[in-house]
Amino acid sequence: MQLEYFQLIDRVVDLNIGDKTITVEAQVPKENTIFEGHFPGYPLLPGVLLIESMAQASGWLLIALMNFERMPFLAMVKEAKMRSFVTPGELLTVEASVLHEGSGFAVTEAKVSVDGRPRCNATLTFRHIPFPHPDLRVHMDATAKRIGVPQQVVPHE
Amino acid sequence: MSSTFDKVADIIAETCDIPRDTITPESHAIDDLGIDSLDFLDIAFAIDKAFGIKMPLEKWTQEVNDGKATTEQYFVLKNLSDRIDELVAAKGAPAPDAA
Repeated sequence: MQLEYFQLIDRVVDLNIGDKTITVEAQVPKENTIFEGHFPGYPLLPGVLLIESMAQASGWLLIALMNFERMPFLAMVKEAKMRSFVTPGELLTVEASVLHEGSGFAVTEAKVSVDGRPRCNATLTFRHIPFPHPDLRVHMDATAKRIGVPQQVVPHE
Repeated sequence: MSSTFDKVADIIAETCDIPRDTITPESHAIDDLGIDSLDFLDIAFAIDKAFGIKMPLEKWTQEVNDGKATTEQYFVLKNLSDRIDELVAAKGAPAPDAA
């Protein structure tokens, strides 16, 4: 996780275009200023960041399914359940699957687990639009390469 | 009244917490019922699932923005129900070259 840049996903473990699923990993840092406030003496990764990790995993899945032509933006979070605490240094496995592909929007289901044990899950809705700025597309291409999105799903111009 | 309208009205009532008896075929989803674009995503999701279709929201929005259609054509519920019926019929129809 690069919390300073709000980049929560470290590595794509599996991306299945046919099944419309993705599995990624996210390493929670052992130290971060966030833990100094959340909470003193009892550091926990905030639930909103767990939701964001599910949103980012879902986002990469949707970008890949849309051939890197459109950018998804989180629009709705439903049924978010924080089932257990996440603490510094833990390795998160984040899985997401597509529940529905609508016109201009998509719905995913996602969950976070540690060593196979669920920590949280949610149903997420995204609006998606053509990339609104070329810099964003360049950034997403570079990030896709860094986190190991299979390069065969990334169109090369 | 068509069962399509009843189904759509039930979805709207449940999704947006609007009293079912205030929803009529003449209701405009936006102007009369106050449904915003985010709530309409939820409604579209439920309608897509209920009818097994994919409502072309982006195309409709583009047509309205381009002045080629009015919001009434898509968002007055009796008209929306007609559009849904058309999409369902098109989905069930054989492909043009399959005859």
